[in-house]
Amino acid sequence: MIRQVNDPVLELHDLTVTYNKKPVLWGVDLSLPKGALVGIMGPNGAGKSTLIKAAMGLVPLSSGFVKIFDQELDAVRKKISYVPQRESVDWDFPASVMDVVLMGRYGKVGMFKGLRKADREIAHDCLKKVSMENFAQRQISQLSGGQQQRVFLARALAQEADLYFMDEPFAGVDAATERAIITLLKEMSAQGKTVIVVHHDLQSATRYFDWAVLLNLRLVASGPAEEVITTPLLQETYGGKLTLLSEVGNLMQKEQYPTREN
Amino acid sequence: MDTIYIIITGSLVAISCGLLGCYLILRKMAMVGDAISHAVLPGIVIAFLLSGSRDSAFMLLGAGILGIFTTFLIEFFHTKGNLQTDASIGVTFTWLFALGVILISVFAGEVDLDQDCVLYGEIAYVPIDLWILDDGTIMGPRVLYIMGVVFCVILAFIMLAYKELYITTFDPSFAVAMGVSTTLWHYMLMGAVSLTTVASFESVGAILVVAFLIAPPATAYLLTEDFKKMLWITAFIGVLTAIGGYYLAVWLDGSIAGAMSVVAGLLFALAFLFSPQDGIITKKFKQMKPPVLETDQSIAEMIS
Repeated sequence: MIRQVNDPVLELHDLTVTYNKKPVLWGVDLSLPKGALVGIMGPNGAGKSTLIKAAMGLVPLSSGFVKIFDQELDAVRKKISYVPQRESVDWDFPASVMDVVLMGRYGKVGMFKGLRKADREIAHDCLKKVSMENFAQRQISQLSGGQQQRVFLARALAQEADLYFMDEPFAGVDAATERAIITLLKEMSAQGKTVIVVHHDLQSATRYFDWAVLLNLRLVASGPAEEVITTPLLQETYGGKLTLLSEVGNLMQKEQYPTREN
Repeated sequence: MDTIYIIITGSLVAISCGLLGCYLILRKMAMVGDAISHAVLPGIVIAFLLSGSRDSAFMLLGAGILGIFTTFLIEFFHTKGNLQTDASIGVTFTWLFALGVILISVFAGEVDLDQDCVLYGEIAYVPIDLWILDDGTIMGPRVLYIMGVVFCVILAFIMLAYKELYITTFDPSFAVAMGVSTTLWHYMLMGAVSLTTVASFESVGAILVVAFLIAPPATAYLLTEDFKKMLWITAFIGVLTAIGGYYLAVWLDGSIAGAMSVVAGLLFALAFLFSPQDGIITKKFKQMKPPVLETDQSIAEMIS
């Protein structure tokens, strides 16, 4: 079940990405509606991260094209924002929380210009939204995993974008941070911003997202979450891991099971 | 006056190299400076053979081109050949340096160059190598002017491109998503490293260039967790190294470049042992005596 939408925020057409001649994404035709909170799910190595990286032009495309707000990528860079995987940076880097959040303002400030007072105020507001305002001067090396993720989120908020790409923002964070982040994402979505999240926890998917994308090298499904997250489509996506799947299915029906260990 | 000239030259080299070195060590490519300083040798020889003069401009151009070529090759082997960065650096600069050595030995009669002068340089000659205008006016040491210009270029580069260099160093994929080209800034930085290395090593030698590129930034990294402070501390340590190294050399009646490298190493060792956050001995004392004041006192006693 792949539903295409009219007037999409993000449109991928016949997207194929290969690493060393081995395809990691194959012929993806995808369009996503404005204001949606989108979860991209699939097994490990399904190309979830690659999909959002390809959409932002971080990896070369073997074929196909990307349109964002019906425009070329480079024309809309200022309107998109990216939360990379937490492990992708060196957290021993000499920087304070404020330094990192201010990076979100670099695009707005432009090349060769310094940051203004207004930029610092915006960065401070964004830290407040993730309840990290008391950590502004803290060195990033002293943060916990959940705090690191909040800082990354604050940096993305500081970009004041319309379309957000987030790579596993819930990976390895504490339960309180997860709740804080999902609340924030739902607020953003309610304000008409589109948020695209790479996610691996199927049990929370229907509660978190209103649009779901199932991916396994090819696009398996894309549509409203409750229509997409069904046993047949999940089986199609996760393939051989049937026993795991039936367990997941049971868990999803019951819902009251704890979804994480910490 | 000679003392002042040597110390100023040493300081200019130390600050220029150190500031760029801060970026190199955070990008985990500290040894690129080493690679460039060696790999430019064939460029210098070829520039000399083509132009037939020891004019600095030609030498700088030849060496500069080779410097950029070196960083390109390192990147090429790394991305296209899937070779680890350190292996890629090792392969690239050894054969380029060797090529330079062969060129010198083949054209030995025609080339007024030798490996020793390239590797070790001689900062003591700075006051003798004067810039003299056509009408005979003596403008002062030539190297001082060259390093002065390089210093200004590096300073302007880092001040203007502070944001871009910072973000492409910390989080390259975020930078690209934002539309900041990591490739462009990589080569801009490598170009700056090439320029500085090439301009510096003629006067201070390749080994001191590498020492200045890495030791002061590494020392500063241990002393602070704030990047701007790291740049300032690096510059300060660089000047301290130049002054300390000069007087150590005078005292020992030895090589100035060698003495400066030794001082750079000593300062690093001090930071490694006594850095407020990460010092090995500082940590030991903190474990033994929890109250902070006492720890500080005992360290002060140890130093004195």
